[in-house]
Amino acid sequence: MIVGRREAWTGRLLLVLLMAVTIMPFVSLFVTALHPSGSYPSGLEWPRDPQWGNFVKAFQAARMIDLVKSSTLIVLGVVPISLLLGTLAGFAIGHLRMAGRNLVFLVFVLGLTLPFEGVITPLYYQVRDMGLLNTRWAIILPLIGLYMPFAVFWMRAHFVNMPDELSESARMDGANVWQLFWRIHVPLAMPALSSLAILLFLWTWNQFLLAIVLVDDPLKRTMSGALGAFQGQWGTDIPLLCAGSLLILAPTLVIFLIFQRRFVTALLQGSLKG
Amino acid sequence: MTRPTPDSVVASPATRPGPAAVTRKRSPARGAGLRTPRWVGWLFVAPALAVYAVFVLRPIALTIQYSMYRWDGIGPSTWAGLGNYVKVFTDPDLFATILNAVKLIVFFSAIPVVLGLAIASTIRRIATSRLALVARTVLFLPQVIPLVAAGIAWSWLLSSSGLVNQLLTYVGLGGVARAWLGDFSTALPAVGVIGAWVLLGLCTILLLSGMSKIDPALYEAARMDGAGPLREFVSITVPSLRQEIGVCVTVTVIAALASFDIVYVSTQGGPGNATMVPGLEIYYLAFSERQVGMASALAVVLMVLVILVALPIQWLTRDRTS
Repeated sequence: MIVGRREAWTGRLLLVLLMAVTIMPFVSLFVTALHPSGSYPSGLEWPRDPQWGNFVKAFQAARMIDLVKSSTLIVLGVVPISLLLGTLAGFAIGHLRMAGRNLVFLVFVLGLTLPFEGVITPLYYQVRDMGLLNTRWAIILPLIGLYMPFAVFWMRAHFVNMPDELSESARMDGANVWQLFWRIHVPLAMPALSSLAILLFLWTWNQFLLAIVLVDDPLKRTMSGALGAFQGQWGTDIPLLCAGSLLILAPTLVIFLIFQRRFVTALLQGSLKG
Repeated sequence: MTRPTPDSVVASPATRPGPAAVTRKRSPARGAGLRTPRWVGWLFVAPALAVYAVFVLRPIALTIQYSMYRWDGIGPSTWAGLGNYVKVFTDPDLFATILNAVKLIVFFSAIPVVLGLAIASTIRRIATSRLALVARTVLFLPQVIPLVAAGIAWSWLLSSSGLVNQLLTYVGLGGVARAWLGDFSTALPAVGVIGAWVLLGLCTILLLSGMSKIDPALYEAARMDGAGPLREFVSITVPSLRQEIGVCVTVTVIAALASFDIVYVSTQGGPGNATMVPGLEIYYLAFSERQVGMASALAVVLMVLVILVALPIQWLTRDRTS
């Protein structure tokens, strides 16, 4: 291939510039977080006396440990159940191919682009009537329902490509549908399942609208919802707000950096399918 | 992993259900159908369908029902017919929210997709270098963090003493420095910039991964024929990336129309109503102003708008060969 040397250099330069723009907000948060609490620093300026204590202060003010616990509980409620229900339905639609599958599938697909704001008002009254307002279930149960279109769509796409012969030979050996599903198809679906798990984890952890509408107590919300409350409470103390924001986005960042390759693949596939 | 299209099942002859008699006779040969009554599949679908019905389908139906009433959420409701919808399109404040969402498309979609295309085609040749691998991770950061955090970080960058103004002053443009999110004329574009920041990386990487699937021989042939970079871009890159561009446009347009988190954190719809978007207005109407009917009418309009925009894009850019 003819690679223009100049082209490669413009490419590199552009890439570095783009990365700089991407990282800039994080750097700004970090530097500002080191200024004396309550001060009003200007722009990007390394403080003369970095206040590392701000992170400790924000850690306590935001009650980070409780927040992580709350978000984890919500994720543990949402992700496994969504995976299970989505896999069951995707298996039936994509592989068992029962009559009427195209209609069910269409009903699910119609929900793919649904903006959550569209249903938030009735959800509030419904959750209230169920007596679940201000509990974590108020976030968990609706999210499972709202994730179904994507989960079913995703898992169906996987099962549709599984060869029929696989099930045939299992049936010859006397497996029933249930065994066929658990022993043969679920193990084979692991790559698709883990990507889906990553996406659902991310969307749940970062869920904001449901958290602020359905749960008043920041300690029972997702991280994102808690950050909203933290901003309301400490919005005037810029360095503390910056420190708190960094702490609150740190868990996803750490998990992302550990599993980055899986994340990038999952997000790419996720947006391609969605 | 193969890329599925929604109708691939329908299109494959093996799965097309034949006449009932034929199906029954042949069922032993049809794999999953072997000795499995066809209704068993419904048992597998039932749980998913149940939660979906309770927490999505029923609320959608209720939203439509609420939208026909005047209701404060507590007392009795009165029938309003299509009155709420008329108001959505005639009340300047309400209609402005829809216009604002449409204007945000320029920033959320047009900038990330156009800029993403330009950047991706420039860095295409170094797409496998170490630098590009690092960039893949870095450019995904905005996708991973909560939008709320992005909003807080950018509110600070765009504030009167933030980094943006500092940079402007540094290059001698101190005259235009201002509180970008607090100024009537710049608040909406400033919110748009935040959205562009969030989505640019995703679009660039998505388009870049699409470009890596284009046969390099095509480019070589074009070079032999004396095509310049621009010609290459228009004749090879863009047509080959139809599907990826479609995905980028769909994702970003929905993000613009349904924006909530970023606006809530950075401006709360202000100053005045300058950055009010439908999502935020629904939230205020339903939960602060107790106009549940109006909120629901706006919600229905928003849902229809999203579908009206998403469907044609999907249809236009679908890969027809598969």
